[in-house]
Amino acid sequence: MNARLLPYLLILPVTLFLCVFFLYPFILVAQQAFSNGGEASLQNFRDVIGYWKFPISLRNTFLLAIIVVPIQLALSLLMATMVSKMKKGRDLVLYVWTIPLGISDLAAGIIWLAIFEQSGFLNSMLAGVGAVDAPVNFLSYQNTFIVFLAIMLAEIWRATAIMLVIIVAGIGLIPKEYYEAAEVFGASPWKRFVKITLPLLRPSLQTALILRVVLAFEVFAVVAALGGTLFPVLMGEIYSYQFDLQNGGNAAALALIVLGISLAFTLIILRALRVPKGATI
Amino acid sequence: MTAVTDTRKAGRWLYVASVGLLCAWVIIPLYFLLINTLSSPETVNSFPKPFIPEFDLGSLQFFAGFQGMLVALKNSVVVAVLTMIISISIGAPAGYALSRFDFRGKEVFRLLILLTRAFPLPLLALPLAVLFIRTGLDDTAVGLALVHTTLAIPFAVLITFSLFSGIPIELEEAAWTLGCTRFTAFTKVVLPLILPGIAASAIFAFVISWNEVFAAAVLTIENRTLPAFLLQTLAESPMHLKFAGGFILVVPALIFIFAVRKYLFAMWGIANR
Repeated sequence: MNARLLPYLLILPVTLFLCVFFLYPFILVAQQAFSNGGEASLQNFRDVIGYWKFPISLRNTFLLAIIVVPIQLALSLLMATMVSKMKKGRDLVLYVWTIPLGISDLAAGIIWLAIFEQSGFLNSMLAGVGAVDAPVNFLSYQNTFIVFLAIMLAEIWRATAIMLVIIVAGIGLIPKEYYEAAEVFGASPWKRFVKITLPLLRPSLQTALILRVVLAFEVFAVVAALGGTLFPVLMGEIYSYQFDLQNGGNAAALALIVLGISLAFTLIILRALRVPKGATI
Repeated sequence: MTAVTDTRKAGRWLYVASVGLLCAWVIIPLYFLLINTLSSPETVNSFPKPFIPEFDLGSLQFFAGFQGMLVALKNSVVVAVLTMIISISIGAPAGYALSRFDFRGKEVFRLLILLTRAFPLPLLALPLAVLFIRTGLDDTAVGLALVHTTLAIPFAVLITFSLFSGIPIELEEAAWTLGCTRFTAFTKVVLPLILPGIAASAIFAFVISWNEVFAAAVLTIENRTLPAFLLQTLAESPMHLKFAGGFILVVPALIFIFAVRKYLFAMWGIANR
């Protein structure tokens, strides 16, 4: 077979598949969002933005992302540095730390529900030490802050692992010689981290942050399991437009807004952490 | 001198303690779920909770007997297996092409594959729902598996790319000189070496599909997968049903991470370059 054509033949299935199931639906969403009763209009967007729940769900989604992602970044960097110096038991510790990687957001929500529900483990512990007399209903509208806290903890618990994996892999690619040289010149561990690890980790940080931020704006099932309607988020609103309100146009418009936010953040991260041209490890 | 060893000792202690603490942070919530799953429905709804499981299968039996639950479990497995097969069979050739050939548009292709991850892909299920009704794919395992494949495909391509890159091209070239064609060299030399890695990325695809809830809830009505079923019944289902369902969702994850742990880091390292 012609060796020049072979690579194109090999990537053809993926390309075709993505055209049909990625590009095409994307065009359809846009079409649906920008049309109303068959003609082009911005009515869907006006409806969605004007709905009273929109500012709340937008604020909640952003608030969650802005608090959760930096904590996860710091935590995964800390865990990755801890693991990199480990001699004994490294594999076991890494296995335990990456378990949440395989756990779905719905399951994570249910797991934290076991802790925060009224007859759950947090209440059992508090009652055990005598801090409360009767179980407190944490996940109710009187305790919106605790609802937020539970969702936040579940998100941190579940999704730090993906960043950890990418960062550990990235640290593995940094040549040991740089650290040895820095040590010879008397650089402290903190200095080595800031001057060697962080700059050379940029491509990994890029990937990790993009994946994580996009997923943070997609937060849905954790919230559904823990907060229900107490903590509206964008993805949940799309779901209820589609099912409860049966309004495909509005769902599509809100989907495009989420898409826009995700893309904007992807571009910001790519720009902020760009690798200078020609610089490689 | 003793002051130095003291601070070093303290640092060592702090280090070990924080590693232990972070391990506990991951494991303890899982343990709580295990307690709830292995308790009778009465215990799950009682207060205060025991901190040791009573090894009662009542909740799991209730789960198995709940209308539609086992069907949902079966649907989940079918969709995940289909996703696994589709994404590997179309993703692996692309990974091979990326690792073995220099062709025009290679970098653009790689970037496009990576960029698909920057989209909230489950959202694309919304228009596909309409499209599937027209083509008769609505509410079928195949239809949902196709959508899940868009989620799994970037990983399938990038992981197989890094796997193939790990096998020296010299091995293939040696096979060619010994009379193999490109195809037989691939099946006789590369494939046996790559098979465990392919299995790992297939498991990855399986878990992506197994865990996905939004597209599954949008695209299926009668043939719900387990996450979609649990989500749908979240508001009205009793606590012990939720916990048993959550537990069934978690078990494959534990096995999966254990099975692919060797490949987890290798695949991300090269994918970033």
